[in-house]
Amino acid sequence: MTAPAILEARGLRVERGGVAVLDIPSFRLEEGELASLIGPNGCGKTTLLLSLMCLLPRISGQVLWRGTEIATGRDAIACRRRMAMVLQEPLLFQATVYENVASGLRIRRLPRREERRKVMAYLERFGLAAFAQRSARKLSGGEARRVSIARALAVEPEVVFLDEPFANLDPPTRQAITEDLERTIRETGAAAILVTHDQSEALRMSDRIVVMHRGAIVQSGAPAVVLNEPANEFVANCMGMETIVEGVVARRTDGEIVMSVAGCEISAIGEGSPGDPVYCCIRPEHVTIDIVNPAGSSSARNVFEARIASVSSVGPYLKVKLDCGFPLVATVTGESFTTLGLARDRGVFASFKATAVHVIRRGDVGHPLARAGGPDSLPSTGRGDR
Amino acid sequence: MELVAEGLRKALQLILALDPEVLGITLLSLVVSGAATAISVVVGISTGTVIALNRFPGKKIVVSLVNTGMGMPPVVVGLFVSIFLWRNGPLGFLGLLYTPAAIVLAQTVIATPIVMGITIGAMQGLPSSMRLQILALGATRTQMVWMLVREARLPLLAGVMAGFGGVISEVGASIMVGGNIRGSTRVLTTATVMETGRGNFDVAIALSAILLAVTLLVNYLLTVVQQRERPR
Repeated sequence: MTAPAILEARGLRVERGGVAVLDIPSFRLEEGELASLIGPNGCGKTTLLLSLMCLLPRISGQVLWRGTEIATGRDAIACRRRMAMVLQEPLLFQATVYENVASGLRIRRLPRREERRKVMAYLERFGLAAFAQRSARKLSGGEARRVSIARALAVEPEVVFLDEPFANLDPPTRQAITEDLERTIRETGAAAILVTHDQSEALRMSDRIVVMHRGAIVQSGAPAVVLNEPANEFVANCMGMETIVEGVVARRTDGEIVMSVAGCEISAIGEGSPGDPVYCCIRPEHVTIDIVNPAGSSSARNVFEARIASVSSVGPYLKVKLDCGFPLVATVTGESFTTLGLARDRGVFASFKATAVHVIRRGDVGHPLARAGGPDSLPSTGRGDR
Repeated sequence: MELVAEGLRKALQLILALDPEVLGITLLSLVVSGAATAISVVVGISTGTVIALNRFPGKKIVVSLVNTGMGMPPVVVGLFVSIFLWRNGPLGFLGLLYTPAAIVLAQTVIATPIVMGITIGAMQGLPSSMRLQILALGATRTQMVWMLVREARLPLLAGVMAGFGGVISEVGASIMVGGNIRGSTRVLTTATVMETGRGNFDVAIALSAILLAVTLLVNYLLTVVQQRERPR
């Protein structure tokens, strides 16, 4: 028997004005797992999160907490007190930063001393210690976001829902907050669902990607699987057409790193030390197809012998899937395709520049099961009832 | 102009001399209007919150009735409270007519819709996702309502000021249900009306000045509380 998921939904159906906005036959969030939820606006991502928190009236379905159904309102409050949610808006209270971060703890009626200790710890962690006594209404967008995240995590939840917590933030702020957040979640061993529109964020942070469309889950799986083997056209468009392959940094030279990918070596510009697990992302428009080996006559640092695995038409151009030992997608115009006499199974040379490779560090922990049991070893409080 | 100057001088005299009658009238005004405001705050904020936070059929009608009630003419309230408290009226057995309690009752009827209407507006003015956010923090329904009221506290204080301002300055209902009885139900507004009718402009001006000063003082105190609460 498999261990019960920390949170599970069965036959979940939510309607608005008689129209189904959410229809999830089954959804599981495993212990310590970090899942990303991707999909266009209005596809039911927020509705799913609110339903898992039992904050929305549903037509049918059950939500289970570690295998036990959340049946009554009392159950729902008890479970919500072990979860936390960061909504799209910071929604801070008209009070000081300290009081905002303390609010979840006050709802749980924690003793003042403990409250103070936890609030100070989370203010510190999110770089807010200097703002403790400042009014929450006088903060910048990034600071307000930090406060709302600190407020959610201060209750030391076992499940965290993050509904586009980084929307409308400038890139440096976004990156800083993302790092603090990810570190905290990984350290506490909480399971988390992150709603995002940014696929590189999803890739970097999550163990699993869940793609939603019109209230339903269309695909759910490991990032590399969802990206390279999209279940349908919708998922493919949603994730972008980039080729994404897993690799490991083999060595680095001046400003350039060489990654080992399925026995091949890909050069790229980037940071990293040997042994680092990474994703290499290559956009299809950056890949050139040649009949003769262009090595020596081209500035492209990456040249591979390849075989044309499949050809499909995508609007004004053709999408050519190549097999170079690792999968690679190239886009070419119909004219080039005919001129070069390309066809399925034909051997060609694929090349792309080192600057065309986008390197994303993979999560250090890898598969979710690798982290199972992690939470128990943490010196956190209120979890003795596991 | 001489009249005004004379009136102000007289007012100063009455105040400085701590004229017992004027002091009594002022105190009664404060106690009666204060009590009416207090009751209307309890009833208005709780009922207004319930109306604002729940969905029920006919809500629009209820809200528009409350909003209409905010501008209810005191004489109309005075008339209906008089009828109710009249010897043969439904509440006649209480023997409240022409007592301070009757004025408190009438003023409560005037102030409650004001406080309630402003409460409904204030609570509906909060972002709707605020409720979800509070529940997501693990709050019970009672905790959520309490936190929402705290969030709306600035406009709610404005509601308290509006309610108090409405009843301390009201004269129609006070005179009808209180009867302006000397030493018993005479308040600042009814006394002013009477003294003006008698041509005692100096006393009338004195009473008006005291009324203005009292209103100013109370609202100033409430404003201090409100502004201190305002985010810095």
